[in-house]
Amino acid sequence: MIEVVNLCKSFGDNNVLKNISTTIKKGEKVVVIGPSGSGKSTFLRCLNCMEDPTSGSIIFGGVDIADPKVDINIHRQKMGMVFQHFNLFNNKTVIENIMMAPVYVATKKLKKQKRNNTLIALHLKKGTPEKIDTSVQKIKEQAHDKAIELLKRIGLEDKADAYPSSLSGGQKQRVAIIRSLAMDPDVILFDEPTSALDPEMVGEVLDLMKDLANQGMTMVVVTHEMGFAKEVATRVIFMDDGRMIEEGSPEEFFVNPKTERCKDFLSKVLV
Amino acid sequence: MNNFAFNVERFFDILINKGGYKEVLEGLLNTMIIAVGGLLIGIVIGTLIATVRVMPKYKAAIRVMDKICSFYVGFFRGTPMVVQLLVFYFVLLPLLGIKLTSVAVAIVVFGLNSGAYISEIMRGGILSVDPGQMEGGRSVGLSYSTTMLKVVIPQAVKNILPTMGNEFIALVKETSVVSFIGAKDLYLTFQNIGNATYEYMVPYLSMAIIYIVVVCLITVLIKVMERRLRKSDRGR
Repeated sequence: MIEVVNLCKSFGDNNVLKNISTTIKKGEKVVVIGPSGSGKSTFLRCLNCMEDPTSGSIIFGGVDIADPKVDINIHRQKMGMVFQHFNLFNNKTVIENIMMAPVYVATKKLKKQKRNNTLIALHLKKGTPEKIDTSVQKIKEQAHDKAIELLKRIGLEDKADAYPSSLSGGQKQRVAIIRSLAMDPDVILFDEPTSALDPEMVGEVLDLMKDLANQGMTMVVVTHEMGFAKEVATRVIFMDDGRMIEEGSPEEFFVNPKTERCKDFLSKVLV
Repeated sequence: MNNFAFNVERFFDILINKGGYKEVLEGLLNTMIIAVGGLLIGIVIGTLIATVRVMPKYKAAIRVMDKICSFYVGFFRGTPMVVQLLVFYFVLLPLLGIKLTSVAVAIVVFGLNSGAYISEIMRGGILSVDPGQMEGGRSVGLSYSTTMLKVVIPQAVKNILPTMGNEFIALVKETSVVSFIGAKDLYLTFQNIGNATYEYMVPYLSMAIIYIVVVCLITVLIKVMERRLRKSDRGR
């Protein structure tokens, strides 16, 4: 689904990612772990070009999205992302947060169709006019219904009209997860989703993520939650100093790491 | 003191019996039209410039636009408003052969001028919004401009509202220089009244009071707006 080829990223003279290549298949749950500053967050942010790669390519849906000529917005709609600090829109209510992107994308498409049809009607363009069976009103209703459905799934439908500032950290992160789900993404990228949460709230977010994993969502997760990695991951990637040191199934990685660096890391993390 | 009482009496006689209040109202209206029109144009120009100046500078076109914008801001902040008014009205318009009333010219020049100041206020406001807001918008596939318009700028506006109030109040008071190009504002009206009677104290004091009242009203207005925009901060 995502093919990373010779990905390099540097900030000035600082080479953060050094020649990373890997393939993420449909349905895989890849957990990326490693010490701070190892480049794991940068790697994740390069996957949807939140950081532009310095060199190398990222093939997603058959297109190299690292190419600056590609319209990245279209591809990002199919690649959800969840951040450490939630990044919900503070000036929008919970339900507006969820509805915003789907409504925007659908109305944009509708406007384009209407424009096309007008051009054809005026004989400025060849072709047959497309039949339009929707309206802005309908799009909003559909998005609203879907948002409510998603909110029910996480049990927060009573918070639909609240602003993010009135939610707890765990609630914010769960809303952020369903905000990305509202676009029906093919893959969701998680950038340390539980690192900014109270210990009490980590569980509810991890539960939702496990739930998603069980439903077959493709996930790439950067995290320090080793328990989650053991339980959910189909593959673990260990990164250090901008390189992929080791990758493998969680069983072999946690029980029987191949390299000294991994053994060292795990001995410090798993007590 | 008798003299003062006499002056007050004569002033109100001019104001009420001789139709002076019409002139004052017209002057006040012009002052407000110039200030509000200038502010609105300024907000549009300022927002555009601020948006260009905070854009990531990968593309050459954006770098060129950024240079143009910084020249614009440098020019309008670097020369006095009076000079801009005079140059616009007595040099630029005849040169281009355009005829505009002095009030229209004043609105345009005030808009261009406050646009330069507002752009910096706005830029500060945009930079004060957490970069994560932009990332959040981009991550769900919204474009840079949509995220800017729907998410970042509304939050920036909330942050800069007190400073914008400052700018508006300064603009209202600065309109007193438009008499240089013959636009009839509050100041020119009261000066005319003073000229007619050779007595300036009462008219100028009255003018000061009107300015204070207007500024107080604006202050209240901004407070109300701020309270409404802060809605999303408190939660419900």
